[in-house]
Amino acid sequence: MWNYIKLLLLALVVFAAGYAASNARDLAYQVHAILVLLIAAGVFVYTLRNMEGALAAPETGYMDGPVRVGVILTAFWGAVGFLMGTWIAFMLAFPAMNWEWAEGFLNFGRLRPLHTSAVIFAFGGTGLIATSFYVVQRTSGARLWGGNLAWFVFWGYQIFILLAATGYVMGSTQSKEYAEPEWYVDIWLTIVWVAYLLVFMGTLMKRKEPHIYVANWFYLAFIVTIAMLHIVNNLAIPVSIFGAKSVQLFSGVQDAMTQWWYGHNAVGFFLTAGFLGMMYYFVPKQAERPVFSYKLSIVHFWALIFLYIWAGPHHLHYTALPDWAGTLGMVFSIILWMPSWGGMINGLMTLSGAWDKLRTDPVIRMMVVSIGFYGMSTFEGPMMAIRAVNSLSHYTDWTIGHVHSGALGWNGMITFGALYFLFPKLWAKQGLYSLRMVSWHFWLATIGIVLYASAMWVTGIMEGLMWREVDAQGFLVNSFADTVSAKFPMLVVRGIGGIMYLTGALIMCYNLWKTVTSAPAIAEAPVAAPAE
Amino acid sequence: MVKKPETKDVENNEVGTTGHEWDGIQEYNNPMPAWWVWTFYATIIWGIAYMIAYPAWPLIKGATPGLLGWSTRGDVAAEIQKFTDMNADLEAELASADLTQLEIGSDLHNYAIQSGRATFATFCSQCHGSGAAGSTGYPNLLDDDWLWGGDIETIQETVTYGIRSPHDDTRLGDMPSWGDVLEDDELAQVIAYTMTLSDEPADATLVEAGALVFEDNCSGCHGETGAGDRDLGAPNLTDAIWLFGGDKAAITESIVMGRKGEMPNWNAKLTAAQIAAVTAYVHTRGGGE
Repeated sequence: MWNYIKLLLLALVVFAAGYAASNARDLAYQVHAILVLLIAAGVFVYTLRNMEGALAAPETGYMDGPVRVGVILTAFWGAVGFLMGTWIAFMLAFPAMNWEWAEGFLNFGRLRPLHTSAVIFAFGGTGLIATSFYVVQRTSGARLWGGNLAWFVFWGYQIFILLAATGYVMGSTQSKEYAEPEWYVDIWLTIVWVAYLLVFMGTLMKRKEPHIYVANWFYLAFIVTIAMLHIVNNLAIPVSIFGAKSVQLFSGVQDAMTQWWYGHNAVGFFLTAGFLGMMYYFVPKQAERPVFSYKLSIVHFWALIFLYIWAGPHHLHYTALPDWAGTLGMVFSIILWMPSWGGMINGLMTLSGAWDKLRTDPVIRMMVVSIGFYGMSTFEGPMMAIRAVNSLSHYTDWTIGHVHSGALGWNGMITFGALYFLFPKLWAKQGLYSLRMVSWHFWLATIGIVLYASAMWVTGIMEGLMWREVDAQGFLVNSFADTVSAKFPMLVVRGIGGIMYLTGALIMCYNLWKTVTSAPAIAEAPVAAPAE
Repeated sequence: MVKKPETKDVENNEVGTTGHEWDGIQEYNNPMPAWWVWTFYATIIWGIAYMIAYPAWPLIKGATPGLLGWSTRGDVAAEIQKFTDMNADLEAELASADLTQLEIGSDLHNYAIQSGRATFATFCSQCHGSGAAGSTGYPNLLDDDWLWGGDIETIQETVTYGIRSPHDDTRLGDMPSWGDVLEDDELAQVIAYTMTLSDEPADATLVEAGALVFEDNCSGCHGETGAGDRDLGAPNLTDAIWLFGGDKAAITESIVMGRKGEMPNWNAKLTAAQIAAVTAYVHTRGGGE
């Protein structure tokens, strides 16, 4: 019965998409309608051909299918996102790379959101969904709730990535940083995200353990808050139901404040809380040590959740935003410093008693460096939120450096650690194909980040000082173009850092591929079963 | 500041675990590091103090101003006021100064040069380049090849009213498009002749006829010898300095299509003192007459 309803719905989608494609008012909308049509038609045919098998016995054990595809795609999106980043880094150093023939599709303005979304939402998001599915099952002793709903979440999210990425190239954007996709893509993500929340909550509800593990608190905070942020920041009215363009509900400084409330909490709940969930599972597992302090994890969790949500206004110091709102953002950012470090302490101290593993296990080394970068960027962030510091750092490359020491160092490295942990487990292998390659990856990535971050500190501070430099009579000393040309050598160094980071990731992809195809299997695959 | 938390030897952990276990993961009952707790408290206390001292609490209209009475807008206004007050006398003097009487090395001249440099960097460098060396289509201000003249009063007039700008007093002077006026062979001839004016190699068979075409059509503005006319803004064609390029393709385009470079009338955007300052600055760049 359910299959017939599904077929009917899919057929409706096919017709609606076809109608929308033929009435489309712009290129992005038309291409998207055709993509939706093709995907819905494909799923329709697939469903029809598998009607027979619909009565197969319900599956038992952990549901690792979406996790397996998820970790593969995480590695893939990582490589794509790092490639885009390295590419646009060189575009900034050598603007001639904005070729005339590519104008309107592949110029910097189109590729920049492609890079940020590829790393944050495609690489980070797929990694978070895959690891959260793995972790919540293991720590709850329960199979994912909702049957194939987990597959819907997984593929639904990939469709979101596809629509977002193709939209940017065709110029469909609502011009909000990290919230560029237009209204219909936003609606789709909302549906997928609610399904994600249901799967995650459902699994927690039927857990066999008496308590909810700390990693799951963080994952849940991430899922719930992102839903709220996404909906409020994307409140918009479409100009036409057959076009991509929409008009924001808020305007002026209210819109700016909503955007940075969203933007900062995308960092706080997507890139921090979600990834802390990852850390709280994979670090103790890899180190085979208990978590350092239960009490610290409770206090820093609630403090982090409560404080982060207020910190957004520090993105709008010295703008039309009233001073009182700026004060709010700055004060909460500084109070946030210790709650952020609570996670670092709990991660690092979990390793005490196992420090010797740093010598022998490059995966642990990766995780430790990741936590180190987390600590560094969560110190740097509150510092940059201080008005006096911000008046120098804002709009400069320092911000870019700060974001990347967090993104490459913390998010990237902890995800690499999780992937190195998960691949042998998911394909029942004795271990990774090559630890030497992990070592190479580790050093390439670490040196790459150091080059990147230090180049951006130098240009950022230089740029800030040059912009504000006045002579004895109060006249500006530098033109804007002077500051741009002064940055050139550091922009090249940043690109080289990017190449190293990308090379490390490609080595990882090869290593993981070989782990699946040629690492020795465990004699008896541990058929994972929910604990009784 | 970041010292290691003072915990007991975790290897022989005396505190024990909470007794929970998830997929083999346990949790120690360690207390929170004291330095962590105290730093957390310290930031909270600092936060409260800051919110009393600075604008913080939103009310129905406006917000609490804070004990220090500080604001971002007040801050920048005070800084601007400081320099405005400091420079007020020189600024007023400069606005009405006769630039020809400006004495090099005087306070007023030094002030004009500093102000002019900043004005140039902000408003002029986009076209004329940070160093004023210009680029294709935008004149070099460092050499002594001037389209409209390089004495200080002429420069001031050019900056004030612009060239082909919307202002009524703007400088006008057109290089028409000759493509529709001359025959193709005449065009080829005059192009060849123009190139010989600055000793560039050209097809010798065309040059003689080109001289006649030039005399009939071009000499009215560019002069019999091609030396140009500053009253009309007609460039000197004999000095091998080219605004739009001196190769055959560029010269052909200039003649066939015509040229109409524009410079805004800066009196719409800059104060009289700023115009005087940027004039004095450009005049000292090397080509001033």
